Amino acid sequence: MDQFTLNLLFVGASFALYIGIAIWARAGSTSEFYAAGRGVHPVTNGMATAADWMSAASFISMAGLLAFGGYSTSSYLMGWTGGYVLLALLLAPYLRKFGKFTVPEFIGDRFYSPTARLVAVICLVVASITYVIGQMTGVGVAFSRFLEVGNTTGLLIGAAIVFFYAVLGGMKGVTYTQVAQYCVLITAYTIPAIFISLQLTGNPIPALGLFGDHSASGTALLSRLDAVVTDLGFREYTLQDGTPSSVINMVLFTFSLMIGTAGLPHVIIRFFTVPKVADARWSAGWALVFIALLYLTAPAVGAMARLNLIDTVYPNGVAEEPVEYSARPDWMKNWEVTGLLKFEDKNGDGRIQWYNDGNEAFQASVADRGWTGSELTVNRDILVLANPEIAQLPGWVIGLVAAGGLAAALSTAAGLLLAISSSVAHDLFKGQLTPNMSEKNELLVARGSMAVAIGVATYLGLNPPGFAAQTVALAFGLAAASIFPALMMGIFFKRINNHGAVAGMLTGLVFTLVYIFLHKGWFFIPGTNQFEDTISGSLLGIQSTAIGSVGAVLNFVVAYFVSNATDEPPQEIQDLVESIRVPKGAGAAVDH
Amino acid sequence: MADNSSNNEYWSANIRIIRICLIIWAVCSFGFGILLRPLLAGIPVGGADLGFWFAQQGSILVFLALIFFYAWRVNKLDKQYGVEE
Repeated sequence: MDQFTLNLLFVGASFALYIGIAIWARAGSTSEFYAAGRGVHPVTNGMATAADWMSAASFISMAGLLAFGGYSTSSYLMGWTGGYVLLALLLAPYLRKFGKFTVPEFIGDRFYSPTARLVAVICLVVASITYVIGQMTGVGVAFSRFLEVGNTTGLLIGAAIVFFYAVLGGMKGVTYTQVAQYCVLITAYTIPAIFISLQLTGNPIPALGLFGDHSASGTALLSRLDAVVTDLGFREYTLQDGTPSSVINMVLFTFSLMIGTAGLPHVIIRFFTVPKVADARWSAGWALVFIALLYLTAPAVGAMARLNLIDTVYPNGVAEEPVEYSARPDWMKNWEVTGLLKFEDKNGDGRIQWYNDGNEAFQASVADRGWTGSELTVNRDILVLANPEIAQLPGWVIGLVAAGGLAAALSTAAGLLLAISSSVAHDLFKGQLTPNMSEKNELLVARGSMAVAIGVATYLGLNPPGFAAQTVALAFGLAAASIFPALMMGIFFKRINNHGAVAGMLTGLVFTLVYIFLHKGWFFIPGTNQFEDTISGSLLGIQSTAIGSVGAVLNFVVAYFVSNATDEPPQEIQDLVESIRVPKGAGAAVDH
Repeated sequence: MADNSSNNEYWSANIRIIRICLIIWAVCSFGFGILLRPLLAGIPVGGADLGFWFAQQGSILVFLALIFFYAWRVNKLDKQYGVEE
């Protein structure tokens, strides 16, 4: 059986499974549609949260960024796990006690203001759509590879499938399909990692193999990697860029990802589904257990893929001549079809020179070898999917990884579309525009808004503002700057009133969004940016991915001062805050 | 709302636990993983140093421990103050 058929078989079988579950558990009433009838066990909920959470960014994109960025990209690892601590300690139990459907509903009630609710809907939609753009990038990469078509065609096919899938099932379908998706994606991620770790280090646990010895050379794997990348003029893999501006950017970026995690509606909404407040606390822990299985493996996948990639291009060592283009392995040919891997024979010798030609000193030193520029361009988002092929693993592993990547992208896209649609239908239409809307129409609006969101995301995904994980990081910055501070202050600071919350959210959102647009292009349209998105070229010396932290601080500060300058919140709101803080009386898994 | 002063006491006990957890959270990630990494450079861990390990693995393990500790500790606190469901 050839690889194409095998991929199709794995992807087809996994899809059949999800769709089967979605039909089996087809959403009935709106209450079920949003929160799965609220009777999900904390471990099950943790697993579903993990699937919801780990998107194309975690599965397809992150290890590739780690492979090329080394230590400096550790922000993704710390940021996307550290946020769960904030979620478990600062938000999840209290929001569960409050017991409403959506995040804007909490903000609207706590700040006794329809305006606050409306602003929260806007923040949520902006962050979620940006997030979905990142997912579409990943979906495009995965579909283009396994259907062997160009990247754009892959993206359009992927979008159609995501749309069909998200509209078909509501949250209930999503909860149980997501458990299935988690199982598929974690198997698909770890199996090739285990094989590769065994090949390179003899250790079956990738996380330990990363810090183990490289079997072929007998030295530590990371030392070996540091040595070969340095020999090609790249930055040492484990090295920290100690300049203050770079350290500050790394701190701000990590912080932005952390608080963004705790502010993203599709994750928060999951904690409404457990039976008790105590369960919400445990559930966050279980979610992180399931997430950590992938996140502890990812740095090993990244480092080992980088080493394997270099070994593929330089089969006789980096001091010898690289591989001839005509003798390149099949996986390179396969990825050339998608346009995500490119070779340009600059010096006409028929060999693939791949090195850091941005490093001028190194460029000069290899001039006498006849190297006139790096000839290989590898899109970072392909690395995880190409990884089993690079390591020459059996065909079924490759099929499994394709299925896993799609599971990751699909589950998150569905969760986000659900968050968008429930906000628009429940908070905007039912809550404000047409309060007397029937349940049927509410579902109709929910599904219509899904279609619009996916259309916008697909259009922008054709020219994405970055690699999948980078685009997703921007979404986190937006959530960090707008939603997290409002939620946290709503619970921990009784004095924050409606004016403060609205002013804070708007300041955080507008500041962050404008800053991102100034560096990434207005509405993410390429070429319309005013500043370069590098530390030295940016407006404030802060990259667009890290700016969410600053937006969040502004949000807190503005909310504090505006609240103190205006009236205290009414007594019943202060009582509401008191009652949120105590688990007792949360009542049955609130059935609306 | 049975007893306001008892609820306030419960809340400040909760805040104390949160504060301790968040200090550990910050020290292990922003501290050991980024800002204090130069100080840990002398401690080798399999081809890299302790700071690199914290940035790529250690912090995640600490986060896990923190969440489970908090859930266990505060669920106990709930019972102590009789505010559990």
